[in-house]
Amino acid sequence: MGWIAGFYRSTIGRKIVMAATGLLLVGFVAAHMTGNLLIFRGRDAFDAYSHFLQGLGGLLWLGRGILLASLLLHVHSAWTLTRQAQAARIDGYAESDPRAATRSARAMRWGGVLLLVFIVYHIFHLTVGSVHPDFRRGEAYGNVMTGLGVSWVALFYLAAMGALALHLRHGVSSLFQTLGVNHPHLNPVFAKVATALAFVVPLGFAAVPLAVLFGLVR
Amino acid sequence: MRLTLRVWRQAGPRDAGALKQYEIPDVSPDMSFLEMLDVLNERLERQGDRPIAFDHDCREGICGSCSMTIDGRPHGPQQGTTTCQLHMRRYRDGDTITIEPFRATAFPVVRDLVVDRTALDRIIQAGGFVGVATGNAPDANAIPIAKPDADRAMDAAQCIGCGACVAACPNASAMLFAGAKVTHLGLLPQGQPERYRRVLAMVERMDMEGFGGCTNFGECHEACPKEISLATIARLNADFLKASLTRRDS
Repeated sequence: MGWIAGFYRSTIGRKIVMAATGLLLVGFVAAHMTGNLLIFRGRDAFDAYSHFLQGLGGLLWLGRGILLASLLLHVHSAWTLTRQAQAARIDGYAESDPRAATRSARAMRWGGVLLLVFIVYHIFHLTVGSVHPDFRRGEAYGNVMTGLGVSWVALFYLAAMGALALHLRHGVSSLFQTLGVNHPHLNPVFAKVATALAFVVPLGFAAVPLAVLFGLVR
Repeated sequence: MRLTLRVWRQAGPRDAGALKQYEIPDVSPDMSFLEMLDVLNERLERQGDRPIAFDHDCREGICGSCSMTIDGRPHGPQQGTTTCQLHMRRYRDGDTITIEPFRATAFPVVRDLVVDRTALDRIIQAGGFVGVATGNAPDANAIPIAKPDADRAMDAAQCIGCGACVAACPNASAMLFAGAKVTHLGLLPQGQPERYRRVLAMVERMDMEGFGGCTNFGECHEACPKEISLATIARLNADFLKASLTRRDS
């Protein structure tokens, strides 16, 4: 097992772990977003979906375990690589003139921290319910309505989706490069998929707090 | 033309440095950037001041010595060009130019604009040898190599090891350099026997030297005087992954 430790110690190994866990988490957020849209089918459809997920039992916990492990690896690799990068240039430039860095690339670190704060809050808000004003177990639809009915909470959700858009744009477009796939035929496809996901997923998520905020669902 | 230079002056590795301002009233547009510094240095020497130390050797864009960051750009503003091939016609009368050393923990400042880039040499050393049969020159084309592979290998082999990729990278990463070396040897049949051992050793050394990781910003490619492709980094990643998964050492 020594090779796994050696792999993870290397910068490239950690980048590959970050990309692979990122790919898994992208799949999760895409699925999570489509599930959320059931809220527009009404209370019964959304609660039935929630009960279906809760009814998965062991499978649900397996999924949660994989997601949590992925998230922890994603965050740990990002954190340690950031520290390494900071140590790699202690004395900075008086003048800098970046030419290639995109806005989304620059947002990865602060956006990632914002997303992490959001994810922790979101789990305690709508899954555990401990930071929710009126959490009722088994009433997912009602919990979303009362939870996102608090306007600053809805605004926080929307801000996090802004960070998610930037994170997906750079993350998806660069994860294939990190996994070693770079080809003139595929690169434009990856860029388009990244842009599409960066629009569709956060907008799909944002539709829920926006709808609650503007009273389109109740 | 008249230029104002702000140049990083630092007497030695342990001394504190600062940007110092110089006025040069008589810059010819035909001068190269290094010739402009030569003229300034002659003046400084005549005045009894210490001339600005900077690295240079071939002055024809192939040795990779002339490391300096000009207005925030390693090797200056011109795409695909080393500092020595940058000419003063790029600039206008009255311009102010800021010149700093390449900045990376792995590239400690020796004096002024001179940094120690032997960390890159140690990565090359870690890569080791390429096993070739010596003796008489082999017949040309005795080993068939597909044209696209030969082209990509030669594109990667253009890397002159100047370190601009490290200087430009927000993480001071040497991945484009290592990627170029791994790609140019790994694409050719002669480089196959040591291919996977080589990538593991070079990446290990790269990490040991204190370079950062790659975050796919692409600044390295923008700064590279030889315009080495980011695809070399993907290949480095792919070879490193395969080597890690298939290694059989004890």
